[in-house]
Amino acid sequence: MTTLNYDDIADVVDTVTAGREDAIATSSRIRIVKLDRRQFLKMTGAVGGGLMLSFSAPKALSASSSDAFQPNGYVKINSAGIVLYAKNPEIGQGVKTSLPMIIAEELDAAWEDVSVEQSRIDQAAYGMQFAGGSTAIPMNWDALRRAGATARAMLVEAAAKRWNVSTDSLTTERSHVIHASSGKRAAYLDLASEAASLPVPSADSVSLKDAKNFQILGKRITGVDNEGLMRGEPLFGIDQNVPGMKYAVYQKCDSIGGSVVSANLDEIKTMNGVLDAFVLDGNGNAGELLPGVAIVADNTWSAIQAKRALKIEWDESDASKDSWSNAMQEAERLRHESGPRVVDTGDVDKAFDDSTKQVSGFYRYAFASHAQLEPENCTASFKDGQLELWAPTQTPGAAIMSAAKVVGIQPNGVTLHQTRCGGGFGRRLYNDFTCEAAAIAKRAGMPVKLQWTREDDMAYDLYRAGGFHQMHGSVDEGGKITGWRDRFITFTNDGNRPVSGGGISPNVFPGGLLENVRVEQTALEWKNRCAAWRAPGSNVFAFVVGSFLHELAHIASRDHLDVLLEVLGEARQLGPRGMHTGRAANVVKLAAEKAGWGRELGDGRGMGIAFYYSHAGHIAEVADVSVTADKKVDVHKVTVAADVGPIVNLSGAENQVQGSVIDGLSTMFNLAVSFENGRVQQNNFDRYSLLRMPSAPEVEVHFVESDYPPTGLGEPAFPPLAPAVYNAIFEASGHRARTMPISEEGYSLA
Amino acid sequence: MNIKINGENRDLGAIDPQTPLLWALRDELGLVGTKFGCGISQCGACSVLVNNASVKSCSFPVSSVGDAEVTTIEGLAESNGDLNPVQQAWVDLDVAQCGYCQSGQVMAAEALLRTNPNPTDDEIDQAMATNICRCGTYIRIRQAVKTAASHLAASE
Repeated sequence: MTTLNYDDIADVVDTVTAGREDAIATSSRIRIVKLDRRQFLKMTGAVGGGLMLSFSAPKALSASSSDAFQPNGYVKINSAGIVLYAKNPEIGQGVKTSLPMIIAEELDAAWEDVSVEQSRIDQAAYGMQFAGGSTAIPMNWDALRRAGATARAMLVEAAAKRWNVSTDSLTTERSHVIHASSGKRAAYLDLASEAASLPVPSADSVSLKDAKNFQILGKRITGVDNEGLMRGEPLFGIDQNVPGMKYAVYQKCDSIGGSVVSANLDEIKTMNGVLDAFVLDGNGNAGELLPGVAIVADNTWSAIQAKRALKIEWDESDASKDSWSNAMQEAERLRHESGPRVVDTGDVDKAFDDSTKQVSGFYRYAFASHAQLEPENCTASFKDGQLELWAPTQTPGAAIMSAAKVVGIQPNGVTLHQTRCGGGFGRRLYNDFTCEAAAIAKRAGMPVKLQWTREDDMAYDLYRAGGFHQMHGSVDEGGKITGWRDRFITFTNDGNRPVSGGGISPNVFPGGLLENVRVEQTALEWKNRCAAWRAPGSNVFAFVVGSFLHELAHIASRDHLDVLLEVLGEARQLGPRGMHTGRAANVVKLAAEKAGWGRELGDGRGMGIAFYYSHAGHIAEVADVSVTADKKVDVHKVTVAADVGPIVNLSGAENQVQGSVIDGLSTMFNLAVSFENGRVQQNNFDRYSLLRMPSAPEVEVHFVESDYPPTGLGEPAFPPLAPAVYNAIFEASGHRARTMPISEEGYSLA
Repeated sequence: MNIKINGENRDLGAIDPQTPLLWALRDELGLVGTKFGCGISQCGACSVLVNNASVKSCSFPVSSVGDAEVTTIEGLAESNGDLNPVQQAWVDLDVAQCGYCQSGQVMAAEALLRTNPNPTDDEIDQAMATNICRCGTYIRIRQAVKTAASHLAASE
């Protein structure tokens, strides 16, 4: 079985991101530029291929205990009720509800009879347990259906034995087995002990429902934790409280990589409520434990007060000197030079020579922080060589491995209790906070809840990397796009390959669709860590390519919708995990039709459209906006058409799409972090302005329910929003904005 | 120090009077429904009612409570244990994604409806602008406030 460790996570996120499975390999042919020396250090060789993913199968545990029917790790039935286990972390994507819905459907249970519990973290039993890459639904769809169907088959078998009839004469409905000819009915609860004594059939042998008979899937089901949230129950990591627990904070160097020379520990220890204060040296892995000063106190407030009173002398000789203004200057220089080609199909130079019209545009996007609303925290207890963690993590398996390493025990000495996560967006794929909690609990000799402040959270994030694209394109006499060149400048943390989200491949839309495409790639060395951020790569590439397609449509004096459909061409599948152009064209047409594309809107108002394929989701969005002379933008409505295969939970799916649109707007208008002398310049929400309710537009969502395999919806509805709105702003104002956030060009939301 | 929370007098002992109400609730009284988000009154995850007004408890010293009545998400349910109309609207409309901000959102909505039981769309937007939802559930929050308002009107 594959177990994730820290270094693999970025690979996995890239790898499981459908359509970009070769991003890692192709991204290896880039040049690396050291910012302060302005010279090319190296061209890296090919790196290994992507990771193999293990797909989880519902491994049968020792069939059943005496009092409960437990045919696998997902279903437990006894006289008290039906419990279904949700295997993956809940970060707001809705899997604690949607995954059990899949089990309940094939179990043929009535949803109101079911209660849902978070499963234990046990990758031997459950396969990979993580939240990332919108993968929970596609990776578990079949296994969970079979888990439910296996339990159902055994309950039917138990009823057949009890009534001495054939299983063929029995049906199930709403948590009951029914023998129609005799009118007998038995509740699953009453059959549980008999089913428990039966052998568990192979999951491959059970039959699955026809989709037309689904009773639960595709319906609107409300979240299983909704009432608990409304009653203030302790669902999140931050809410945990264990016996003897104290409260910890941890101060690291503002510039990543700095180490502690000295600190006023004696003074801190005299402060009200402070129990202990000590230096941790770090373990040399920024993804696990950076050097810093830990404070343990009687309560969070005392700990925060003591942290503010810390006086630490840092050795910053190896610390980050990252500067966004330097990076921008360097990109300004590099955009005029050709770089190594990571994609080169057809003959781009000839296409440009033969073209009728050409257009260029220099696109730029800033770094962004995850800003999940629950600041990082973890509760840890280290006793008798055993570590116990209560962790709001997206990757519990990796958290166990890295924490074990930090405290010097074997992974089987770690128990991790998965909590609900107050947002994730990719931040909690990385387990620095769990490692810190483990190290502090061990050193302090008492259970601690480590609490990051918002300032910690923004200073030590793994950011969505900024980037630059010098675009150049051409059209022929008939207005058809003939040449496409993207001179891409990104960042590298390790000096070898681009950061997660900075790898570009031939499959990146509209790659594979145009005849003559060239992508050149350069990476600037960067110390502050960058990593997966909701729809990695796609979240920025969509902005650039979706906008530039519109620029080409404009110079050709053609309707963007027509050009988009022409680029998609005839219906076909592009590679095994690539997009399907027919599905793409369907959602493009549907979004346009529902938005009333082409109707007269009046001065200062315009519509923009964009399509993007990511995470196996085909999604088109149309934005309808007004723009004033002083660049105030009123987004009247966003219309979304999505094909993600069958919908699991209609309520959750619609919520994810609406939330993605709002997150997309928030990000394209206002979100930027910048760095000077290695330090993040925005450390709280007063300088990182997340969108608020008055700016939330109407969002209309349409799903094309296709028979293709299902995919997740945490990410794919995010990327098309920005280009749709940028294009609408151009239609409304005649001004082409090429900077994200667009506030850097003077725009604001009305 | 004693303060009145959810209808009960609670003893906070010799608490530092500058302690934000947020941490007194969470660490001393175990009322963890009120959340920490930013610590500087920007996000509203820590919203509670002090008398009938929505207050950011992360920046509100516990000593400032005085004789006022504090209400948290744990104290909002009806006396028979049922969720109140605002909470029930949040459940029925399936507002939450991660859910972390939602107790604060509910408290802000409760404060609005106590002073303005029939708000316009614009009044809802302005009143709720104090609270950030990072997941972007604003469309459903807006609907839930309206649903709660209509239930409140129907029950009167």
